[in-house]
Amino acid sequence: MTEPIVAPAPSTTRGDSSRARALQLLVRMRTFIALILVVAFFAATTPNFVELANVVIIGRHVAIYAFLAIGMTFVILTGGIDLSVGSIVGLSGMVAGFLITRGLHLQFLHATVYPSIPLVVALSILVGVVIGAVNGLLVTRFGVAPFITTLGTMYIARGAALLLSGGETFPNLIGRPEFGNQGFPVLGAGTILHIPISVCLLVVLALAAAYLATRTPLGRRIYAVGGNERAAALSGVYVDRVKVTVYVLSGGLAALTGLVVSSQLVASHPAAGETFEMNAIAAAVLGGTSLAGGRGSIGGTIVGAFVIGVLGDGLVMLGVSAFWQMVIKGVVIIAAVVLDQMQRRMAPRA
Amino acid sequence: MTAELSSRVSGPSAGEEVLLRAEQISKSFPGTLALDKVDYQVRRAAVNVLVGENGAGKSTLMKILAGVEQPTAGRLLMEGHPVSFRTVHDAAVHGIGIVFQEMNLCPNLSIADNIFLTHPFTRAGVHLDRKRQHAGASELMRRLEHNLDPETPVGALRIGEQQVVEIAKALSRDVRVLIMDEPTSALSAAEVEVLFRVIGELKRHGVAIIYISHRLEEVVRIGDHIAVLRDGCMQAQAPMSQVDVSWIIERMVGRRPLAERRPAPVEGREDVLRVEGATLVGEGGKRLVDGVDLRIAAGEVVALYGLMGAGRSELFEFIFGLRPEGRGRVWVGGREITRLSLADRIRAGVSLVPEDRQRDGLIQNLSVARNLSIASLYQLRRWLRVDREREAAMVGGMIEKLRIKVASPDASITSLSGGNQQKVVIGKNLLTAPKLLLLDDPTRGIDIGAKAEVFKTMRQLADGGLAVLFASSDLKEVLTAADRIVVLSQGKVAGDLMRDDASEEQLVSASTRFIATSPAAARHAPEL
Repeated sequence: MTEPIVAPAPSTTRGDSSRARALQLLVRMRTFIALILVVAFFAATTPNFVELANVVIIGRHVAIYAFLAIGMTFVILTGGIDLSVGSIVGLSGMVAGFLITRGLHLQFLHATVYPSIPLVVALSILVGVVIGAVNGLLVTRFGVAPFITTLGTMYIARGAALLLSGGETFPNLIGRPEFGNQGFPVLGAGTILHIPISVCLLVVLALAAAYLATRTPLGRRIYAVGGNERAAALSGVYVDRVKVTVYVLSGGLAALTGLVVSSQLVASHPAAGETFEMNAIAAAVLGGTSLAGGRGSIGGTIVGAFVIGVLGDGLVMLGVSAFWQMVIKGVVIIAAVVLDQMQRRMAPRA
Repeated sequence: MTAELSSRVSGPSAGEEVLLRAEQISKSFPGTLALDKVDYQVRRAAVNVLVGENGAGKSTLMKILAGVEQPTAGRLLMEGHPVSFRTVHDAAVHGIGIVFQEMNLCPNLSIADNIFLTHPFTRAGVHLDRKRQHAGASELMRRLEHNLDPETPVGALRIGEQQVVEIAKALSRDVRVLIMDEPTSALSAAEVEVLFRVIGELKRHGVAIIYISHRLEEVVRIGDHIAVLRDGCMQAQAPMSQVDVSWIIERMVGRRPLAERRPAPVEGREDVLRVEGATLVGEGGKRLVDGVDLRIAAGEVVALYGLMGAGRSELFEFIFGLRPEGRGRVWVGGREITRLSLADRIRAGVSLVPEDRQRDGLIQNLSVARNLSIASLYQLRRWLRVDREREAAMVGGMIEKLRIKVASPDASITSLSGGNQQKVVIGKNLLTAPKLLLLDDPTRGIDIGAKAEVFKTMRQLADGGLAVLFASSDLKEVLTAADRIVVLSQGKVAGDLMRDDASEEQLVSASTRFIATSPAAARHAPEL
């Protein structure tokens, strides 16, 4: 064969293609541009918006959205959805509150044990991981649609959170010196080099998640499963394992979010995290994740979480009513998806 | 007109004229120029053949004629009037119908629903008239000589039958131009004859047929006019009566193909694949695979020959681990893999190039490079991450080795032509360093040049110690490329012949050995 392996370059005129490329770049960076516009708008209209104290507060809020959105992105990349994360936020906070306030009553010892804070954290996260594993197993082994599976576990986890306290709040989670379980509020209020721990966690988790998505075999397989599950399976990808893994990741991250929320409030409320799953989906979609699976990025999702967080806080500071805030959020999400569709049409083969 | 070839379906009729004309059509995609100022004429009441190698731009040109894609430059004229098709619907209104190379059917809907999806029979515009649709679909099935119940979901049909539905869908509209992109690639010999009769009938009704195929014997037999595309340029257009196969091949590839016979196989090597008593029972208790024993040695290229429904694909699925319910045992490289999962079988050295590359072979959202490496990621793992340097080297090497025509390894897999996509699927399998390579109809929808390359690659791999088993229903392919031919009939081994001892007649008679002489079965028998 003497044919060239590299195909000939397109013969469109240079002016056309460079303008088109610039436009494509603009559309591809749309979420980032939206973020800059939102920040600029609030900086101009709202006093104190760019002050350090306010930035720190916004950062904490964004972190909460972002933890959930990272897990959600992995699930959506496989073509699934996880509606249970909001409830896991509530449940893991309640488990922590329960362990700190009431301890573990061990029947066979006739004694109550108060676990140390690291153990409380570990057990609470374990709860999220277990629910994630249940989600994954229901989706893979029993073939229940992800939407239905996680709708079910959403109710179950919320119910369990309410049952733990009979619907009450666990207040004042500072622990007691004689039980050796002090220190829970550090997660929410502590800082490293003046940066809140939750923001530090966000940086670490975002980098780790981006690494996982782009550099590891698992990341590749997640995209492959979302793109064509049959072909992935025939290529030797353990599709079931990949799916269980993403639900476990999502559940674990949701539990971590629950701990951060409870720690910030120094209290656990069983209704914590309601509708958080919707914010997580919104952040992922804003960031360019396709609900059909196989398309999206962690970087995009993080930017999406920032847009949601900054928009929410800015509107509050501007004094916009909660009702209008909802309307605006909805408009932003739809606009993002419309732009996304436009981008796909502009580059039909790319 | 000069004398016609005797084997034609029918000659070009009088009053032949250009119905649809493409002028200076260009189409560019990011990174490639698919069509370069192409002029093309489609004549009324004639079979207008279009040939070209993979990636020559045939499918792109057809998509433009059918309104699926819009040209970057140039224009279309219908009976001398400029037209522009922005959607498939626009083109359909002008009487242009298309049978796509890759199926465009909804597997969850019935045959009738698929056929009338875009133009349903209704009462008062809202109420679906199922009776008329059923009758219409039955009529089309009768015309295409297929005895399929119009209520059958399309997902339950074989690929060949799906193709028939696709053709019926195009015929269900009043077409003036009918585009057929590789319509026979999944059809059996008997089904092809039926299709040719239908084409003859359409021609008599004045329909212009655009016929794309890699099977040149077929093209010479049925075509009235031929156009050859190469690298996005129109190479030549001529009346079929003035050309022959070697003329076509020369215009397509610029050289004569090698019809090489392979050297004699190596004796006395160890078995790479051993199958004992493979049995698969399908729905209704029919034995799809019935007690098959098979041994393939290292260095051997074995063809699995059989008619549609003989159990070729099913046997492959059994060996690959897609049919855990099957009975029987499988060894690869002396190790029993009967109870291993599919992924573990890949690691044990089995690899499969599936029949339907769109559904089972490609991951459409990933790049060419990612598609190539997906099956061998376990070898590329370095600590937590993928070793991207080694990956790039492996991918680059495979693109070169298989001569995959692609602008860059990071190009989208969907930007490749069918044949190049198939090469990616084969390359993906080779990267797993298999001991056994299974290829299910590997040359489906691939041009001559690529076919020869696929077979050459198979031979090279076998010489490197691989065992190669490929399924095919093409006698010439089987007799050229294989060392040994195993014939399946009704799920049973009906013959096991060394290539040099095998003749076409022997293979055909073996392939029908276990077919009962019922009228239904006779329909599937090949015409000699």
